[in-house]
Amino acid sequence: MSEIKVYKIRKVKDETPFMKTFTFVGDLGAKPGQFVMVWIPGVDQKPFGISRQTKNEFDVSVLVRGKFTKAMFKLEAGDKCGISGPFGTSFSLVKNKKVAVVGGGCGMAPLGFLIDELKKNKCKVTIYNGARSIDNVMFVNRFKDSQFCTGDATLGHEGYATDLLEGQIGKLNPVMVYSCGPEMMMQVVCEICSENKVPCEVSMERYMKCGFGVCGQCVMDPLGIRMCTEGPVISCELTKKLAEFGNYYRDKSGKKVNF
Amino acid sequence: MTTVKFLNKQFNGPLVLASGVLGVNASSWGNVNKHGAGGITIKSCSLQPREGHPNPTMTGTKHYFINAVGLSNPGVEEVVKEVEVFRKTNKTPLIGSVFAGCVEDFGKCAKALAESAVDFIEIDISCPNVKHEFGEPYAFSPDATKKITAEVRKQVKKPIIIKLSADAPDIVAVGKAAEKAGADALCAINTMSGMAINAEMAAPVLSNVQGGVSGPAIKPMALKAVWDLYENVKIPIIGTGGVTYGVDAIEMLMAGASLVGVGSAVYFRKIDAFKLINEEIEDFMKKNNYKTIKSMIGAAHK
Repeated sequence: MSEIKVYKIRKVKDETPFMKTFTFVGDLGAKPGQFVMVWIPGVDQKPFGISRQTKNEFDVSVLVRGKFTKAMFKLEAGDKCGISGPFGTSFSLVKNKKVAVVGGGCGMAPLGFLIDELKKNKCKVTIYNGARSIDNVMFVNRFKDSQFCTGDATLGHEGYATDLLEGQIGKLNPVMVYSCGPEMMMQVVCEICSENKVPCEVSMERYMKCGFGVCGQCVMDPLGIRMCTEGPVISCELTKKLAEFGNYYRDKSGKKVNF
Repeated sequence: MTTVKFLNKQFNGPLVLASGVLGVNASSWGNVNKHGAGGITIKSCSLQPREGHPNPTMTGTKHYFINAVGLSNPGVEEVVKEVEVFRKTNKTPLIGSVFAGCVEDFGKCAKALAESAVDFIEIDISCPNVKHEFGEPYAFSPDATKKITAEVRKQVKKPIIIKLSADAPDIVAVGKAAEKAGADALCAINTMSGMAINAEMAAPVLSNVQGGVSGPAIKPMALKAVWDLYENVKIPIIGTGGVTYGVDAIEMLMAGASLVGVGSAVYFRKIDAFKLINEEIEDFMKKNNYKTIKSMIGAAHK
């Protein structure tokens, strides 16, 4: 259930100066969109989406942000981490269809695994990969077929990934849009999809302690559903029932913080 | 059939959410209530917000669950706001739980929370996971328990429940001290001190090293504590510790509990635990011809 298994790092790849991908040896058996808790003894344990998975290895792609990710960035091939999971809900996969994926910054991580699976299912995948600046764009080489956008025009289109989605969705006519990134971005993705009557799934981030549905730290108002269990992947329809979506989240202590 | 009265308050079923599980805010309490909890114990709060310990804070196996969250909470002021939100749509009994680092702060925090629409105040004097900060739990000492209970009694008119520890050398002495100092009820037991080690990492799992053990592993200790308290105090008891299936709840009632706390069953049987345990209790009652919950309370004491 929540048991921690120990996995060895096979390799560490620099994605950008702020982002690394860690490849672990082992068969995780996750579905795209699910996450694991990564534990470094003596430091902390944090949730991360799976960014790639094969039968005998899986990737976790990480943006350096705080104490834990700084410690993780010091790890090398051969080092070990304690990993529990996979946990949570996953993206709904379709076959032989046109779909669109909208990623923002390190939100591309779980979408990487999703895109691989969609392509295996012979879907035509349109990828919008946006970030503030080129150093925050993940998987530039892995998905060369992406439409890149940056706020400062250092890569691809200048502006938001959502601008491209809005301009192209009518003509593209996808059966599903998948998104992960800043909540404000996902809110816009949901609005665009609702207007165009296209189903959409987003991957939420809320502060997590246990990761498996016991502590209650990651619940969203007013339904009280847990983003580690009933999430992180939820439908655009469900976000409409979550008043806190795009408005506020709760910090480590449980106190409300506005976006 | 399973309604039960506790300190003059009607509960829709004998199961109450134990403090610390799924208890951060109003929407979560509502969700737990929807899933079958007859009452909700709010996660313990303090005067000031607390972030708690780093992760891992919780882990479990088939036999036990263990946590050292470190009493994270947004502070009593925020919890009072959450109680207001809850009460707009829900009348389910709420047990507000407080903890503090000194006698005076227990009184202040309890008073602040009692001004909200909670029905009861639970005093958590038995958390095993904050020893570095607060020293030995007060619940190890009848004298300390008496002082805290008396102080809270002075500050609060609402019914007070004292949460006890089976790690105490003499839980009956502590229970009696609480009763004498004005407690209206007892809750037994809190989690018990323990730890978990990951052999491959050669490291303790919990960042706090030590944690509180709950789940099936502690049921026998919880039953014994409730049994002994029932024989020695007159005030009602909320029996908590390892209740995972309906039969566990029945045993807890028969040992002398008037309500049954359910916490880590949410880990073992997911959030449906309350609904499942309720159904199993009703099945047992039908098969064994018990018409009321009340008729089972203390039934094993002959």
